[in-house]
Amino acid sequence: MPTLIVTTLDGTEHRVEGVTGRPVMEIIRDNGFTDMLALCGGARSCATCHVYVGPDQLALLPDMSEDENELLDSSSHRKINSRLSCQIVFNGALDGLHVTIAPED
Amino acid sequence: MPRAYDVVIVGGGHGGAQAAALLRQSGFEGTVAIIGDEPEPPYERPPLSKEYLAGEKPFDRILLRPRVFWSDRGIELLTGTRVTAIDPLTRTVAANGDTIGYGHLIWAAGGQPRRLSCEGHALAGVLTVRTKADADAMKAAMDRVDAAVVVGGGYIGLEAAAVLSKFGKKVTVLEAQSRVLARVAGEPLSRFYEAEHRAHGVDIRLNAQLRRILGTDGSVSGAQLADGEVIPCQLVVVGIGILPSVAPLIAAGAAGTNGVDVDAYCRTSLPDVYAIGDCAAHVNMYMDGQRIRLESVQNANDQAATAVKAILGTPAPYTATPWFWSNQYDLRLQTLGLSTGHDDFVIRGDPATRSFSVIYFRGGRIVALDCVNATRDYVQGRKLVEAGATVDRARIADTTNALKDLLTAA
Repeated sequence: MPTLIVTTLDGTEHRVEGVTGRPVMEIIRDNGFTDMLALCGGARSCATCHVYVGPDQLALLPDMSEDENELLDSSSHRKINSRLSCQIVFNGALDGLHVTIAPED
Repeated sequence: MPRAYDVVIVGGGHGGAQAAALLRQSGFEGTVAIIGDEPEPPYERPPLSKEYLAGEKPFDRILLRPRVFWSDRGIELLTGTRVTAIDPLTRTVAANGDTIGYGHLIWAAGGQPRRLSCEGHALAGVLTVRTKADADAMKAAMDRVDAAVVVGGGYIGLEAAAVLSKFGKKVTVLEAQSRVLARVAGEPLSRFYEAEHRAHGVDIRLNAQLRRILGTDGSVSGAQLADGEVIPCQLVVVGIGILPSVAPLIAAGAAGTNGVDVDAYCRTSLPDVYAIGDCAAHVNMYMDGQRIRLESVQNANDQAATAVKAILGTPAPYTATPWFWSNQYDLRLQTLGLSTGHDDFVIRGDPATRSFSVIYFRGGRIVALDCVNATRDYVQGRKLVEAGATVDRARIADTTNALKDLLTAA
């Protein structure tokens, strides 16, 4: 089973099942993590599903759209490895993807 | 002995669900129950008129939390249960014949869709869009519908119209006012959306008065306008706003005329009774201190946080910046602030490019932005709205100026 590794705000690392075809945001939400708000449900209208991706894994991900880039700019916690987890659709090639939930603004 | 919980939350929508989750996230160890009148666990409402209606997302993908979340966190979910009365003296609510005690009560019951009262309003095929059941009824009707009439050109009505037209239905939107989105946006945005819907084959009728709905064998067969014209249809979607569900609160003595009045901490006038979300009439700093209700996910979530903080003894007033979104066709509208009562606006960018923003002013100050396929303006305009900035019209209309650079220059 492909794995998604999620680090929550308290620094704890969790391993959950990665579901192919599902946005990482939904996988995080569906595993009951409350640290992430994901308010707009993936409508690309907020930045409340902000995560940091394992730096060496960034290249595995699809390029960022202009919208995602702009929305991430609304966070004062943005880093070089910031992504919106609603924009990363999980698949087998992402087995072992490690995302860290970013703090809310 | 009646059942009792330290916190009873009435309403399992965005606000109620978030309040319960936040209590636990904040380390609250008392007993918590959510009482909701729908049969499902809490789910997202915005997709009901968009991705869920269109069949792009199944129901489990719009659940706000996984089904096991509630029991895992020790949150009692009383679904299919309607609170009909509150007794603030004994601190109890009456629900489905039971009496349930509360330490704190969070009223997050939202509202019921306003319904038509004209002849034919009860025919099969006259539907609203508020609940999963509503959306399911519309999906079930889809196959046998060739033509649909949408009553009300607000966001819900227009989103439903977009989905129906995508499914190849002949759609007519009846708007009683002289433009769509009249209650929530400025004229340029209204005209843009009217043109977009017309380009997709939707017949937008302005200043249109519905006289009655015609039926055959108990089902909708047409909509008749005040001038006598009959528009044949098998489905009537009613999107004319909501009536806040607050009757038990008001009957118990809570203050309120449009919804229930709350203070900056979401407290009603009843002791230890809070109200949040669509039904909570609050003084909003983005409406020049006027008392308003806001029907949005943002408001439900942020007021949930306000109520929870107050209950946990760390009160902080509600000051959140309003934001909202609406997706229709390939148009992504993002809104910041509140444009109600604006006295001036500037269009930034060319609507013909289908990427532009409308910036609204009240008394010379920027109070809101409507951004169509213009996420950069939406993100960068936030500070202008939050500051109530006074920016020169020509400078803000000039798209070569980034909005983020205009605040310091103001």
